Amino acid sequence: MNINATLLGQTVAFILFVWFCMKFVWPPLMNAIEERQKRIADGLADADRAVKDLELAQAKATDQLKDAKATANEIIESANKRKAQIVDEAKAEADAERAKIIAQGQAEIEAERNRVKEDLRKQVAVLAIAGAEKILERSIDEAAHSDIVNKLVAEL
Amino acid sequence: MAATGEALTPQGYIQHHLTNLSVGEGFWTWHIDSLFFSVGLGVLFLWLFHSVGKKATTGVPGKLQCFVEMIVEFVDNSVKETFHGRNPVIAPLALTIFVWVFMMNFMDMVPVDWIPELAMAAGIPYMKVVPTTDLNITFSMAIGVFLLIIYYSIKVKGVSGFVKELTMQPFNHWAMIPVNFLLETVTLIAKPISLALRLFGNLYAGELIFILIALMYGANWALSTLGVTLQLGWLIFHILVITLQAFIFMMLTIVYLSMAHEDH
Repeated sequence: MNINATLLGQTVAFILFVWFCMKFVWPPLMNAIEERQKRIADGLADADRAVKDLELAQAKATDQLKDAKATANEIIESANKRKAQIVDEAKAEADAERAKIIAQGQAEIEAERNRVKEDLRKQVAVLAIAGAEKILERSIDEAAHSDIVNKLVAEL
Repeated sequence: MAATGEALTPQGYIQHHLTNLSVGEGFWTWHIDSLFFSVGLGVLFLWLFHSVGKKATTGVPGKLQCFVEMIVEFVDNSVKETFHGRNPVIAPLALTIFVWVFMMNFMDMVPVDWIPELAMAAGIPYMKVVPTTDLNITFSMAIGVFLLIIYYSIKVKGVSGFVKELTMQPFNHWAMIPVNFLLETVTLIAKPISLALRLFGNLYAGELIFILIALMYGANWALSTLGVTLQLGWLIFHILVITLQAFIFMMLTIVYLSMAHEDH
């Protein structure tokens, strides 16, 4: 229990140990720790930046998608418009064609009717003459009255 | 536990366990066992930490490096929380004190008879294993801290500042200088003494209880069983004590040194 020279020896050892610790133990350990802390901090900052980049890229992608959709809509709309236009044009064309065909048909009908009329008229003239011939029997000179009959035919 | 003659009685057994292996006479007595174990443990600590520090990688650390870094960071944080100046000595000092004192205290965990019996077999009559149960060891560390307190007090405040601190506080009047000097000197001297005696007292008492419990093994089987249980309980409790004492010694060192750095 008594204080003795052990005290001196231990004091010297203590001082030496603290000095050694200060010179050779503390700095490399602290350096390693601080270096790693820096690296971890850098890594975390990188990760943060990556997340931000990702967000940016996603926003960009969304924008582009929106643009693409808008463009597609535009294209579809114009295509629809064009379709309607084509349909209208076709309709108009068809209408014109129909009108033309109808007109042609009518013209043909008219021509036919005229021809039939002409035939009828001729036949009526023949009949009239035949009738008149029957009625008048011999009294009528075919040659003398043909101009009258012709006039009649022309009037029909 | 049978040292020739004296160790046959319980008193002899206790006495034997509390006697240092020493050489020399009077003041020039050297406690070989205390010095051997404290220096040995100090060298072990420095070698271990130094070898880890040399191989320290900044990448993914190994388990040993993790362990060492945990201790270093723990000490570093304790220092940073308490001491706000810049001083390259305090943190390594605190680390040395913490780990070294812990290791010396940890010798208490070795069953009390193992090393003394081994030493006896090797022909060494006395062997006190726990260096911190030697007042010389705790006092020498406290004195080291005390010298640092005085050194930094003078370095930071100058000689006049240090003298003023000793004489002009707490009563700032010239007539009170003797009273102030007395009070402040007591305060100053109390620091190393309390440091040394706290550690010594705790560990000495702890060791004594281990020895007293070990005495029970000599009696009948019932007492032996009780002894084993008590030994185990005290051992588990003592893990707390030795860690706490090492931490307190370190923490107070930091606090005293940061007080030495404070300019009033």
